[in-house]
Amino acid sequence: MKRAAIAALTTIAGLVALLGYKSGPARRTTVATAPPETTVPPAPGPTTPSTAPSGTPSTAAPATGTRTVTGPDVPNQYGDVQVRITLQGTRITDVQAIQLPEDRQRSAEISSAAGPLLRTEVLQAQSANIDGVSGATYTSQSYAQSVQAALDQARA
Amino acid sequence: MGAAAPEAADERAGRTHVEHVMGMAVSIDVRAADRGSASLAVAIAEVVAWLHRVDATFSTYIPDSQISRMATGTLAAADADPDVTEVMRLGEDLRAATGGYFDVRAAGTLDPSGVVKGWAVERASDLLAARGFPHHQVNAGGDLRARGRPGAGRRWRIGIAHPHLAGALAAVIEIDDGAVATSGTAERGAHVVDPHTGRAALDLASVTLVGRDLARADAYATAALAMGHAAPAWLARLPGYEAFVVDAAGGAWSTPGFERYRA
Repeated sequence: MKRAAIAALTTIAGLVALLGYKSGPARRTTVATAPPETTVPPAPGPTTPSTAPSGTPSTAAPATGTRTVTGPDVPNQYGDVQVRITLQGTRITDVQAIQLPEDRQRSAEISSAAGPLLRTEVLQAQSANIDGVSGATYTSQSYAQSVQAALDQARA
Repeated sequence: MGAAAPEAADERAGRTHVEHVMGMAVSIDVRAADRGSASLAVAIAEVVAWLHRVDATFSTYIPDSQISRMATGTLAAADADPDVTEVMRLGEDLRAATGGYFDVRAAGTLDPSGVVKGWAVERASDLLAARGFPHHQVNAGGDLRARGRPGAGRRWRIGIAHPHLAGALAAVIEIDDGAVATSGTAERGAHVVDPHTGRAALDLASVTLVGRDLARADAYATAALAMGHAAPAWLARLPGYEAFVVDAAGGAWSTPGFERYRA
């Protein structure tokens, strides 16, 4: 199926903006996301090839191996947000908030309630061969930029 | 869900129509049908008309909608449309089932839109099936109902949007007949409020529910988001629905049953 129209992943700046948008009331505090009990290896499974898809256009020098990039400490109206992303080559395999407004910090404690908390996987929509997307397209405005819109366009 | 797979869909492509209604995009994706089929065009037009009728009846933005008139006291509940009565009853069921974490009056005024969307999509899916199009999905603002098969011999593959990374997915699942609803803080900021404390729900970034009925899945997802850290314990005991949660710090948690759906 045609998936050409699907937008590329956001940059760190975009990611920080996204996190910032989601953040709660202002309150500067540094770190506190406790390490998760278990860490899943990034990107397992058939939907996430262990190497960058061949033919992926890349203008940057093709980096290999795993590296992490820490974004800038971004103050916004709700508080400071800083994220760290992990890349394998040019593919983002993990994203973790290392600084959040105070209200968000307790989140790392979720695991005690009902089983282990894992690190979120990051799967590339382009290679997942999906029929639809749940989440992230609430309004007509946000739909325009969404993976779902790209899927619909491909079938229109 | 999962049981009683329908007969395999054929490979005819069908057609996808996107309608902007109720402040969101609704994708009506019909498979295993001839693209140019007149009866398919009629069925899609019926679904579109239905969605606009729902909007006119239930919108809180339209001053003379039935819901607006009920909220201002100019329409008695007893005089409302039977559809309104049904939705109000469903909202009451869901409030009870979630210990009050889902409440059509959570914002202080009557706003049943959290029930209406899923309920309207379920009706839309029923309508498509009744018109002879049992293989389809209807996705309303990121909450979807899938039915039948997307193509011969395969199930619907649904990506769950990554709440921290636009354009990426946090999980991919496969379903037959069923609903997938995700509530999160990303799209409208902190729009979900814990009705018991009045605080914005910020602990969790998104909650996804998979189950039979979209109105229920949607309400449960919203309730779980409002519960925050208490959600996993509640979700783990919820019959008939499986859950996937991403918290504000990027951690993920799921019910054991959710893993069965993973692609």
